[in-house]
Formats: sequence, C-alpha cells, structure tokens
Amino acid sequence: MPLPLLTILALVPLVGSLVLFAVKGPAARLIGYGFALTTAVLGVLATVLQARGVPLAEDVAWIPQIGAHYALDLDGMGALLVLMTVILVPVVMLAEWRVGEQPESRWSVNAFFALTLMLQAFALIVFMASDILLFYMAFEATLIPTYFLIGGFGGPKRQAAALKFLIFSLAGGLVMLVAVAGVYAVTAAAGNPSFLINDLVGTEMSTATARWLFAGFFFAFAVKAPMAGLHTWLPDAAEQSTPGTSTLLVGVLDKIGTFGMLKICLVAFPEASAWATPAILIWAMVSVLYGAFMAFGAKDLLRLVSYTSISHFGFMVFGIFALTTQSISGSIFYMLNHGLSTAALFLVVGFMIRRRGSQHIDAFGGVQKVAPVLTGVLLLAGLSALALPGMGSFVSEFLVMAGAWQRYPVQTAIITVGMVLAAVYVLRMYKTTTSGPVTDQVAEHITHDLSSREKAVVAPLLILLIVFGFVPQPVLTMADDTAVQTMAVVGAEDPAPQVQEGNR
Amino acid sequence: MINVLEIAAPTLEWGLLSPLLVILGGACLGVLIEAVAPREMRYVLQSALAALAVVVAFGLTTLNWIQATPQLAAVDLLALDGPTYVFWALLLISGLAAVALFAERALGGGQSAFASSAATVPGSPLEREADALHREHTEIFPLLLFSLFGMMIFASANDSLTVFVAVEIFSLPLYLLTGMARRRRLLSQEAALKYFLLGSLASAIMLYGISLLYGFAGGFKFAAIDQAITAGAGSMPLLLTGMLLTSVGLLFKIGAVPFHIWTPDVYMGAPSPVTAFMAVATKTAAVAALLRVFYVALGGLQWNWQLLFAVVAVATMLLGSTMALAQNDIKRLLAYSAIAHAGFILVGVVGAVAAGEGVNLPSVAAIAFYLFTYGIATFGAFSVITMLRRAGGEANSLEAWKGLGRSNPVIATLMTLFMLSFAGIPLTAGFVGKLAVFESAWVGGYGWLVLVAVVMSVIAAFFYLKVVVAMWFQDADEESVGTVETPSLWTWSVLVVSAVATLVLGLIPGGVLTLLTDAAQFIR
Repeated sequence: MPLPLLTILALVPLVGSLVLFAVKGPAARLIGYGFALTTAVLGVLATVLQARGVPLAEDVAWIPQIGAHYALDLDGMGALLVLMTVILVPVVMLAEWRVGEQPESRWSVNAFFALTLMLQAFALIVFMASDILLFYMAFEATLIPTYFLIGGFGGPKRQAAALKFLIFSLAGGLVMLVAVAGVYAVTAAAGNPSFLINDLVGTEMSTATARWLFAGFFFAFAVKAPMAGLHTWLPDAAEQSTPGTSTLLVGVLDKIGTFGMLKICLVAFPEASAWATPAILIWAMVSVLYGAFMAFGAKDLLRLVSYTSISHFGFMVFGIFALTTQSISGSIFYMLNHGLSTAALFLVVGFMIRRRGSQHIDAFGGVQKVAPVLTGVLLLAGLSALALPGMGSFVSEFLVMAGAWQRYPVQTAIITVGMVLAAVYVLRMYKTTTSGPVTDQVAEHITHDLSSREKAVVAPLLILLIVFGFVPQPVLTMADDTAVQTMAVVGAEDPAPQVQEGNR
Repeated sequence: MINVLEIAAPTLEWGLLSPLLVILGGACLGVLIEAVAPREMRYVLQSALAALAVVVAFGLTTLNWIQATPQLAAVDLLALDGPTYVFWALLLISGLAAVALFAERALGGGQSAFASSAATVPGSPLEREADALHREHTEIFPLLLFSLFGMMIFASANDSLTVFVAVEIFSLPLYLLTGMARRRRLLSQEAALKYFLLGSLASAIMLYGISLLYGFAGGFKFAAIDQAITAGAGSMPLLLTGMLLTSVGLLFKIGAVPFHIWTPDVYMGAPSPVTAFMAVATKTAAVAALLRVFYVALGGLQWNWQLLFAVVAVATMLLGSTMALAQNDIKRLLAYSAIAHAGFILVGVVGAVAAGEGVNLPSVAAIAFYLFTYGIATFGAFSVITMLRRAGGEANSLEAWKGLGRSNPVIATLMTLFMLSFAGIPLTAGFVGKLAVFESAWVGGYGWLVLVAVVMSVIAAFFYLKVVVAMWFQDADEESVGTVETPSLWTWSVLVVSAVATLVLGLIPGGVLTLLTDAAQFIR
C-alpha cells in the first residue's frame, strides 16, 4: 500500500494542534509554526503530485451500514485550495505572532495557534473528501475552532459576533444534514447505500427529490460563501475578530461554499442546477453589486474588506453556474487568488489598525508620509483586490467574464459594473487613509514602518499574486482539468462561438 | 378413583435467563448483607457485590448473545432475541456506570450523594446525629439492582402483562432512590412524591390499555394481539383505545410530551447519580419496550401509530428544546434536554424500517445506537456535575460554571465534548446517532419529520452552547463560582470512559453499528 499522503497531510496539523494544547510557554509558538511549515511542505508536495497525475486517492470502508467511506482524493480544484490553505496558515500565524499579548485577550497565543492548526486540519479534509458524509463532518467540525477563534480573540463584541457566526453556520449546516440524510435515502432506494460523490452521480432520483437535495446543499454553501441576504454574519465577524482570524474565515473557510457548489451541487444534481441557474445568477449579480456598494459606504476598514469579499464571491458563484469551461476554471482560479489577495488586504489593514488603535477609516490620514512601505503594500493588495492586469486576480476575473459572456451576455455586462465599483472603493479607501496631511493622531501612533516580520508576512502573498498574474499557466491547467471534468460529468458543452470566422 | 390435579412444573431456560437471575440474586444478597454484615463493612461489600453482579450479568448476556439462537423463554413470557440482548447490554453498561457514581464518596468531604438517614425529618436533631455518625444508606445498591432487574424484564417482555409487572418492578426502587438526596432534602422528597403519584397514574392508565387490548385479542401475548389485528376481527375502537392508553404509560417513562411534566422536578430533586441512571436506563428500557409493543404486537396498526408518534415527536422536540433555553440550572437544563432527546428517538421510532432491500440500517439498530450515544454523554456530563461543588454541595447553577475553562481546562474540555455530543456536532458520537435515526425516518417515508427534527436540533444546540459559553467565555464571579473537587477512581473511570467512547463512536462507529444491525430482528 502506498503512503497515505493525504491522510498524513490532514493529520499533521491535527496532531500539532493537540500538542499545542498540551505545551505551555513561549516555545509552543515555534512548535506550532513548525507544524504549519511541515504541513505546507506536504501540501505543496501533494499539489505537485496531483498536477503530475500521480494517483493519491484513498478509500477505506468506514461505516458500512450507511455506505460511508473514508475516501480522500485530490482533483485540480482540491489541490489548488489545499495549496492555498497550507500557504495561508503559516502566513496568518506569523502575522498574529503577538496576538495573545493585548491586555484584553482572554487566551494566549498558544491557543490561537492550536485552534488555527485544528481549523486547517478540518479544512484540508473538506477539500480532499470524496465522500459526502466525511465532507459534511469536516465541514461542521470547522465550526468549533472557528467559533473559539472569533470568540476568543478580537474586539469587545466578539462573543456576539461568534454567536452570530455559529447561528448562521449551524442553520446552514443542519439544513445540509437533511440533504445528507436524503442522499442516503436516495442511494439506498437505488439498492446501494453510499455517500461517495461518484456513486451519487447518475443515481436515479425523482426530479423533485433532486431539487430538494440540491436546495439543501446550496443553502448551506450560500451561507458559507456568503451570498447577499445570508451574509450578515461575515461583516460582524470580520469587524470583531483579529485580522488573522478574518483571513482564515474568508480566505479558507468561505471557499468551502464555492467549492461545495461546484463539487456537490453542480456535479451531483445537474438537472436541478440547470433549473436553479437563472435565479442563482441573479442572486450572484445582486451579491456582486450589493457587496460593492456596501464596501463603498463602509466606515470600518475590516467591514470594508469583508464586503469586498462578498462581492468577489458573487463573481465566483456566477462563474460556476454560467457553466462554461472557461468560466468554471476562472472561478476555481479566482478562489485561489481571492484567498491570497484578501489575506494580503486583511493583514496589511490589520497592521495599520494595530498601530493606530482604531479601525475607523476616518481615523487615518497621511499614513503614506509616516509609513511608506506599509502604504505601498496596502496599494498592491488593493490593486489585487480590484483585479488590476498583472495580478493573478485579473486573470481569473477576466476568465469568468469571458466564459460567462458566451452564454449570458446581458448578465455579464451588468456584473461588470462590480469591477468598476471595486476600483472606486479600493482607491477611495486608499486615498482617505494614506494621502492628505498627516493627522496628529496618526503621527502619534504610527511611529514605525513595517517590521521585518510583517514584511515576511505579506511578501509571499504579493509575490504569488504577481507571479500568477504573469505566469498563470501551470495553475490554470489544474483548474482547467476540474472544469473540463465537471463539464463532462454534467453533460454540458460550451456554446459555439457566435462570431463567424472572417474570410481568409 | 381420585383425580389428582396435575400441575406441570414450568420449564425454565436457566442458562438463557442467567443474566436476570444474577442481577436478582445480587439484589437479594444485598438485602441479606444489610441484615447480617456489620455497618462499617457494608459499603465495601455492597458496592463490590453490585459491581460484580452487573459485570457477571453483562458477561453472561454477551455469551448468550453469541451462542444462543433467538427464542422465547420462561413460558413464553420473555423474548430473548437480538434486540433484547442489545438493550440488556446497554442497560447493564449504564447499570455499571450508575454503581460507580453511587459508590463515589470522595466528593463533598467523604460522603456519598445520598442522605445519611432518609427516615429522619430534614433539619431535625436526628438528622444531625446521623450526619455526625457518618451513617449512610448502603441499601441504594440493592435498590439499583432491583430496578435494573425490572428494566431488563421490561426490555424483553413478550406479553403485555409482563410489561406492566416490569414497569412496577423497576419504578418502585426509583421512587425511593429519588427521595434520598443528601442536600436539599425537601426538594428531593417532593420530587419522589411527584414521581410516585404521576408514575402510578401512568401505570394505571397503561394497565387499563392492556386490559382493553386483552378484550380485543383475547390474550396477553404479543403474538396473539398481532394475529388478532391481522385477522381483522374484533372491535376497532377497543383496539385503538387500548393502543392509545398503553402508549401513555410507555411515553411517560420515556418522558415524551405531554407526559413529561415530572421530568424537570424529578431530575433536579433526585441525587445526581440517580438522575443519571434514570435519564439513561429508564429511557433505554422504556424505548425497548415501546419498540417491542408497537413493532411486534401492534405492527399491524403501523399507519395509525406512525402519525401519532410523529405528532408526539414534534411536540416533544419543540417543548424540550425551547424550554431548555430558559433554564439556569444545569440539572433542569439536562432534564429538558432529555425530553428533547426523547423526541429525537421517537423520530427514529416513526420511521419503522426493517433491514431489507437497500436498507442496511434498520430502525431498531439506529435507535439503540442513539440511546447508547445519549447514555454515554449523559453519564459523562453527570459525573462532571457531581464534581463541580460549592459550599459542600453540588453547584448546579450555571453561574457556577463561569470561568471553568480557565480554572480547570481539562474538565471544561470534557464537559464541552459531552455538550457537543448532545448537540449532535460531527466528530462526536451524538452526531452519528442523530444521523442514524434521521436516516431511518427518511427511508421510512418521513422526510418532513427529519426536516422538523433538524430545525429543532439547531434550537437545541443553543442551550448546550450556553454551558460552553459560560465555561469558556465568561468570567467567574466570586459570589457564585464553583470549584472542581477531585473524585475517587469510581467517577474518574466513568468520566474517562465516557469521553473516549464519545470520540471513538463519533469517528469509527462502524463496528458497533454492525453489532446492533445484526441483532435488530424481533421474534414473537
């Protein structure tokens, strides 16, 4: 039997988290960071092996009575999200190196690192699971560390924010549980109870059942990748928790939503997806525009960043349900870029806030003159968020648009407004905080530029974003793989080009 | 010539009945010990005897489970089939845990949770004298065994009269045990009286139902009732009324709405070890009897009682979950949680699917698994409850739990684990239990009930969360904070085993589910 690389990949951070709960003192931080780096190496290894086509799948019968398997596998999308997760976690740890030291902190930095590693382990299992029950269990298990991360570290109203997060997530998750029980009933009725996604694909079920199950799954994912209306937990959570937690929340956890829409909703219930697509596209458009407008009006830096994410998730959902190879692979690539880009934005804004002691946009002004490097990094992160050409996010946003245009030109045209608004809110935030005269408060509090630790936090993120902007091909190939497979399973074909070839 | 009346001696299957006999024998021997052994030796003798009897009975049960073919025993009064062995095993496991909690004396300054002399008037000089002499009631162990004996018969009864007799056998010791708390004795005695009065009433109503069923079928045997229903002869109103009234007694013991009123007061008033035992064992035995009565005897009326139980399940989950939200006493909270869990179990009962084409997990196995996970978490939670103390007694107010995460992270983590299991969060046993009963209900054609049950689980998750929030996110208040006392090995073992089992059954439930599934076939 070959080495179960994927299991090891998930176990390393889990073990690390348990070790950190046991270890006391400052050494724990280094141990935790060591576990995160080890996970990163394993994650990169798994991604490379996946890209080379090495089989990594594991499948062990787990609960035979109900047809549950302990089954892990990586497809192109899974590999990219694993890659993103293993990169983001050490970055976040480094950024929150001193998180437990504020007087209002309830718990030590050790607890933060331990919870982060636990969250990472569950998130990795979600991205690797090819069994719906395993997926669901890891999906719900992420709530536990996240709840404590939000409730344990951050602003004064963090407990209320944590509770709100939990209410929304539990409601979504338990609705999904009904659908999970339904999957069992459907496969059992077909004679072979099984939770493997591959077994579910093509299982006969009535149209109504398929639509109900689709709705159950989609609701949970729409709460997770917050779509307008189900999103209200996110700005509160982002405002109250530390920037590191927000990064994990938006960068890693919320991706589970879009990931699940593609991997479960679209693949297992193609007919129901087609039935729901018109509504979902409108919903996605509303999310894009709503998020953008709210970001435009936000007075709190962290809320602003979270609203930009709501807008971006709208793009991803739009790309997935536009159902062309290009738009899907664009969406997958978008997930990766958005993770890195939002992480950069959250963390840099976090550095500003920590210096100034306020997260109100109006509390800043003229930061450029006192901290030029910080300002430069903020600009780069902002430009990535608004998808400037040359950044990875541009490539993905363009692919979503180009792909979706082939099928839904009108909707795509409307959604483009979101791109314009993105430029407006990012630049407005940049202008208000960094330019103009240096206010007294800023001069008093922002006394030093980025430290070397903080530079080490943002450097890898920005470098990757720029590299993906200029050389997207290797990563895009992996995203394309999944997109092509999905199209094949769903039985959809790209629309034929509408423009006739010119006379030659 | 004189005709001599010939009475044939009944043949008893001694080997098959040995678990019952060991428990009964242990109980009787315990009574004897009370009479002859010197006072200072009784505690050791009684606790060892009780533990030994339960362990031996458990061993014999497993042995029979493996070897014996399912058959009727004791003049067809008992059905010794797969479900019987499953529920006996569950009952004996909870019996062992209860013995351990009963025997705990390290908490509260070397005294058990039971009154030093239950016969004295609370607050009287006699009571103070008994306290000063460190008197204690070691009769609790035989009482526990008698109760366990009744429950085992209840779970295996194959005849409606035996059902009634078994209810009485296991209830009477419980009424007594409820009234024997060391602290807040008036409350405890009041609870015992309430439990007794309401319990007797429920039993009486059930007896009336049984007599109506007898009138319908002309016999007590479940097989006879089933045949009469299948034949379609007899009076339908008689049958339906009989079914309804019989269900009253069973639903009362389960703690389902509208027969739940006793639960909060009794759970709160009884000594915590007794509460734990009642919460787990009574429910297990009553569900087992309910399954047998309705699946075996009244299986032909499935279309009638499925709807009845569906309505009861919805009401029970709704009331249990919402009322628990408002509780500020941990034992009351767990009482309402027990009501809510009764509702979730009934969801599984409604499904009523047997193993067959495409169904690998029959309802009986799903429900047994649910009861197992619920029992584990309950014993775990109650052992923590007995450990958290203030001013000599248990600190049951949620106020006392504040800041526990900081002062004792290990205990707080364990309690969190049990709460998550109650709430049905994945990676804990409770999740798999919920999943199992929901699936069997869905397969049985009650998808809508699953939807309702899931909504209720969200509500239920909140009050469990209240405990978690108090422990981890709130600061201790000097006025009300409780301290964790170190118990003896008895409680520790219950706590550790419960925690490990909660995790193991949450991660790899396959083995246990296989065992339960293989033993899910009733005989009649």
